[in-house]
Amino acid sequence: MPWLSTLMGVSVLGALGVTLVRNDKLAKQFTLVVSLIVLALTVGMAVQFSPNGDKFQFVETYDWIPSFGVHYGVAVDGIALVLILLSVILVPIVVLASWHDAEAGKRSVRTYFSLILVLEAMMIGVFAATDVFLFYVFFEAMLIPMYFMIGSYGGAQRSYAAVKFLLYSLFGGLLMLVAVIALYSIAGKGTFMFSDLVGTVQDVTTQKWLFLGFFVAFAIKAPLWPFHTWLPDAAAQAPAGAAVLLVGVLDKVGTYGMLRFCLELFPDAAKFFTPLVIALSVVGIVYGAIVAIGQTDMKRLIAYTSVSHFGFIALGVFAMTTDAGAGATLYMVNHGFSTGALFLIAGFLIHRRGSQFIADYGGVQKVAPVLAGTFLVAGLSSLSLPGLSTFVSEFMVLTGTYQRYMVPAIIAATGVILAAIYILWMYQRTMNGPTAESVKGLRDLNAREKFVVAPLIALLLIFGFYPKPLLDVIHPAVKDTLSSVGVSDPAPAVPVAKEGQ
Amino acid sequence: MEPASHVASIIAHSGGAIGVAWLMIAFPLIGAAALLLGGRASDKYGHLLGVLMAVASFVVAALAFFQVLGFQPGERRRGVPLYDFIPGIAKVGLLVDPLSISFCLLITFVGSLIHIYSIGYMSHDPARRRFFAYLNLFVAAMLLLVLADNYVGLFVGWEGVGLASYLLIGFWQHKPSAATAAKKAFIVNRVGDFGLLIGIFTIFATFHSLAFADVFSAAGGASSGTLTAIGLLLLVGACGKSAQLPLQSWLLDAMEGPTPVSALIHAATMVTAGVYLIVRSGPIFQGAEAAQLVVTIVGVATLLAGAIIGTAKDDIKKALAGSTMSQIGYMVLAAGIGPAGYAFAIAHLITHGFFKADLFLGAGSVMHGMNDEVNMRKYGGLRKVMPITFVTFLIGYLAIIGFPLLSGYFTKDGIIEVAMEHNAILGWLAVLGAGITGFYMSRLVFMTFFGARRWEPTAHPHESPAVMTWPLIILSIGALGLGAFLIIGNRFMTFLAPAVGAPEELPSFNPFTATGLVTLALVAIGVAFAWFRYGAAEVPAVAPRGSFLTTFARRDLYGDALNEALFMRPGQWLTRLAVFFDNRGIDGLVNGLAAFIGGSSGRMRRIQTGFVRSYALSIFVGAALLAGAWLVVGNL
Repeated sequence: MPWLSTLMGVSVLGALGVTLVRNDKLAKQFTLVVSLIVLALTVGMAVQFSPNGDKFQFVETYDWIPSFGVHYGVAVDGIALVLILLSVILVPIVVLASWHDAEAGKRSVRTYFSLILVLEAMMIGVFAATDVFLFYVFFEAMLIPMYFMIGSYGGAQRSYAAVKFLLYSLFGGLLMLVAVIALYSIAGKGTFMFSDLVGTVQDVTTQKWLFLGFFVAFAIKAPLWPFHTWLPDAAAQAPAGAAVLLVGVLDKVGTYGMLRFCLELFPDAAKFFTPLVIALSVVGIVYGAIVAIGQTDMKRLIAYTSVSHFGFIALGVFAMTTDAGAGATLYMVNHGFSTGALFLIAGFLIHRRGSQFIADYGGVQKVAPVLAGTFLVAGLSSLSLPGLSTFVSEFMVLTGTYQRYMVPAIIAATGVILAAIYILWMYQRTMNGPTAESVKGLRDLNAREKFVVAPLIALLLIFGFYPKPLLDVIHPAVKDTLSSVGVSDPAPAVPVAKEGQ
Repeated sequence: MEPASHVASIIAHSGGAIGVAWLMIAFPLIGAAALLLGGRASDKYGHLLGVLMAVASFVVAALAFFQVLGFQPGERRRGVPLYDFIPGIAKVGLLVDPLSISFCLLITFVGSLIHIYSIGYMSHDPARRRFFAYLNLFVAAMLLLVLADNYVGLFVGWEGVGLASYLLIGFWQHKPSAATAAKKAFIVNRVGDFGLLIGIFTIFATFHSLAFADVFSAAGGASSGTLTAIGLLLLVGACGKSAQLPLQSWLLDAMEGPTPVSALIHAATMVTAGVYLIVRSGPIFQGAEAAQLVVTIVGVATLLAGAIIGTAKDDIKKALAGSTMSQIGYMVLAAGIGPAGYAFAIAHLITHGFFKADLFLGAGSVMHGMNDEVNMRKYGGLRKVMPITFVTFLIGYLAIIGFPLLSGYFTKDGIIEVAMEHNAILGWLAVLGAGITGFYMSRLVFMTFFGARRWEPTAHPHESPAVMTWPLIILSIGALGLGAFLIIGNRFMTFLAPAVGAPEELPSFNPFTATGLVTLALVAIGVAFAWFRYGAAEVPAVAPRGSFLTTFARRDLYGDALNEALFMRPGQWLTRLAVFFDNRGIDGLVNGLAAFIGGSSGRMRRIQTGFVRSYALSIFVGAALLAGAWLVVGNL
C-alpha cells in the first residue's frame, strides 16, 4: 500500500472537500474527521515500520520531470517517521483548538480549515521526500498556507509579521535552490534522488559552499540565532493554532534538514563548520532564554523560549554523537507537544481576556484552576522537568554533547536555570497573586478545550516516563546517519566491566 | 560481628515486599494523580485517601525492611530492575539496601504522621484536597530519589521533590510573598541541579553508565582529578537541595507554605536529599580527598551560619528553619568525613527527622491556637494552655540541644566526636555550634512557653485536636529514644555497613570524653544565657535594635542582599539590554538590509501594505533566473 501518498492524498482531498462544504460548523467537523483519519492511517503505518529493517521504508518512487531527473520519491526512516507522527498528532489538536479562531479573520472560516489540511499534506511530504528537489518544492510551498494563516487570520500586526516570515523564508529558500541545482550539476548523475547524491561531492571547498546554501536556509527556518527575529513576530501575530504548526512542525524542517541533508550530503563541510554551528547554538540557547525572560507579551515569550530550544536541537545534531543526535530528534518531537500546549493554553487565556500582555493578568489560578494547572504543566515541560518527555531529550542532547564538547555543553546547561526563571516568572505574574479585576469573570477551560489539552499532557507524561518506543525507532536512523558522516562515539575514559553481558 | 569495611555487591531480587518496592512510590503517586484529577466530588474523602496512600507506602517499606533484616549482612543489597528508561543511557531500577530502606522508613513514617496531622491543620482550607495531592507527590518523589539504582532515576526524584516543594511552598499562591518564595526555592534549587546535572554528565562521559553498581565498582579506575570534579559537582547539587551555603537562601523563605509543609521539607524529605547523595556517592568521594574537604568545610560553615541565624529570629518558623540549616550542616560535615561519619550522618538525619518534625508540627500547633501568629514576642506562658504541645515540644527541644540520653545527644555528639578525631578545627567549630544551638533553641522555648503572656487581645489559645496531638506524641517518643537505640552497640553502623562501608575499627560509645563534656558545658551555658535573657527577664514586645551582629543575623547573614547584588540586578540589566538589542540591533539591521535591498524604505512600507505577492513572485523569478544562470555557467 502506498502509505505516504495515501496520507497526503487524504489530506488534500479533505482540504478540497472542506471548501465545498457550505456550513462553517460542518466544515470544522469535516476537517476534524479528516485529520483524525490521517492520524489513524499514520498510526497504522507506524506500527508496520520495522526499526531494524531497511533504512528507508514505505518507499515510493516515480519519475516526475524525467529530463531533469526529478522524482516524486517518498519514504521514511525513523527520523522522518516520528516527525510525521508529530505533525499528524498536532493537526487534529490544532483543529479542535482553533474552533473559533478563524471567525474574525479576513477570509472565510472554511478557508482557514482547508489551509490546515493543505499544510498537513505538505508537512508529511517535506519529511517524507527522498528527492532533494521534491523536498525543496515542499519546503517552499509550505510557506504559502502559513502565509495566509498568519496574514489573514492573525493579530493587529499580521501583515507585517506575515511578510517578514515570507521574506526571510524565501531568502533562505533561494539560497537552498541555488545549492540544490549546483549539487545536481556537480554530482553529474542526472538525478535529484537523495540516496544517489550522497557522497558525490568530494571536493571540500565545494562541499563548504553547498553546505552553506542549505544550512542558511535551515538556520533561518529553525530558526537559529541570529536568524531568529522573524519568529517572535510571526508567532505572536499568528492565531494560536497556526503558531503551534509554525513553531511545532514547520520550524522542525530546519533542524531536520540539518540532520538529513547538511550532515549526510556534505560530511566534511559539516565537520568543518561544526564549531561555528555549536557556537551559534549555544549563544542561541542562552540568548533566547535571556530575551524570553524580558518579554512582556506571552506569545513572544513562548516564541523566544523556542529560539532557546532550537539551539538545543541544533547543538544535538552537530555534536554528532548517537546520544545527542537521537536526543535532538526526540527533542524535535517533544518540543512540538510542549510548545504546542503552551501556545494553545496561552491562546485560550488570551482569547478570554483579549490581551497578550502578561501585565494584564494576575491571580488567574483562583478563577480558572484547570487552565492554570495545565498551563503550569506545559510550562514545566518547557523547562524540561523530569517526568515530562522534554527532560529526556534535553538530557540526551546535553549528555551526548558533553562527551565531545564539554564547555559548550556546560554553557548550554545554564539554559536549565534560565528556563526555570522565564517560565515560573511568567506563571507567577499571570496565575498567582491577588486576582486582577479584569480577570475575575474568566471561565475555566470548557470541555472542548480540555480535549485539546489532555492528549498533549498525556503524551508529555507517557514519553516522559517511557520514551523507548520513540527512541527505538530513532536510534537506528541516527546511527546510520552518523556512520555515513563517518563519526563514531567517544569511548569512556574508564570502561565499566558489565556483568552478565 | 565482623565490621564490614567494604560495600557489598548488589543481588538481583524478585519476590516479597522488596520485589514490589516500586509500590512504595506508586501508592502516593496514584494518590496524587487521583486527588488532582478527582474533582470536587473527592473533596470529602480526599484527605483520607492521601493519608491511606502514605500509610500504604509505609507498610511496604516496613515489610521490605524486615525482609532486608532477614538476609545475611553481606546479602542485604537488593536490586530490583524495572525497565529501560533511556535506551543507551540508563535502565531504571530500584536499589533496596540498608541505606535506602532507612530513608524509606523515615520518609514514609514521618511523612504519614505529617499527613495525619494535616487533616486537622488544613481542615478549614477549601483546597485541602489539592494540599494532600501535593503531599503525596512530595513523598513519591522523595522515595524515587532514595530508591533509584542510578543517577538518572535519582535526578528524576530530585527534581520531583523540587516541583512538590514549589507547589507546597506556594500553596497559598494568592499571597504574592508565597508565590515569590516558591519560585525562589525552585530557581535556587535549579542552580544546584545544574551542578548535579554536569556531575552526572561527567559520570556518564567517564564510565558510560549511570548505574550505581557500575559507577562505584569502576570508580577506583578513574583519576582523582575526575573524581574530585564529580564530587564537587555533586556537592553543588547537594547544597541546593539541602540548603547549604551558598545555596541556603531559599529555605528561610520557604516558611511561606503551610506549617506541615515545613515539617515535611525540613524533617522527612527534601533537605535530607543532599546528605543522601553524598553518602550514596561515597565511592566517588573516597577517591577525591579535596572534594571531601570541601564537603566538611561547607558543612561546618552552614552549621554555624544556621545557628547564628537561629539566634536572631522572632518568627518561630524562621528560627526553626535556621536550626534545620544548622543540623543539616552537621550531617554534611559527617558525610564529608567518609565511612567513619556516614552512620552518624544518617543516624542524625533520622533522629533529626523525628525531633524536627516534632518541633515544626508543635510550632504549627501553637500557631493553630494563636490565630496563625508566628511572632514569638507575642507568645509567652503557653505551657499551661497547651500542655500536650508543650511537653512534646520540650522533648524535641531537649533532643535537638543534645540533652543527655535523648536522641540528639547520641547522634549529634557522635558527629562531633568523629569530626574532632578527623580534624580538631572542624571539631571545635562543631562544638561551638552545639553551644549556640543550646542558646537559640532555649530562647525559642522560653519565649513561647514560659514567661508572661504577651498575647494579642484577640488570641484565645487552646490545645489542638487529637488528630494533631497524636502525631506530636509519637514523634516525641522517637525524639526520646531513637538515638540511644541506633547508636548504642553500633547497631545502626553495623546495619548500614553493607551499603556504605564502615570504619576499620568500630567506635565505642563513651559518655565521658573531654569533647562530650565540653559540649555539654557549652550547651548548658547557652541554655542559662537564654534563661536570663528570655525566661527570667521580660521579653520586649518590639525587637530591640541590637548590635550590628544582631542585624547581621536577622538579615540572614546578608545572603539575600548578596544574591541580589551579584545576580539579580545584573541579571535584570542583562535581560533589558538583550531585549533592547534584539529589537533594535538584530532586527533593525535585518529590516534595514531588507529596505536597502528593496530599494528604499518606501518600498518596504508598500510591501507591508499588500504588495507582497508581486514581491514574492519577483523573488521566485529571480531565484529561477539565478539558478538557470548557475546551470549554464556550471555546464560550460
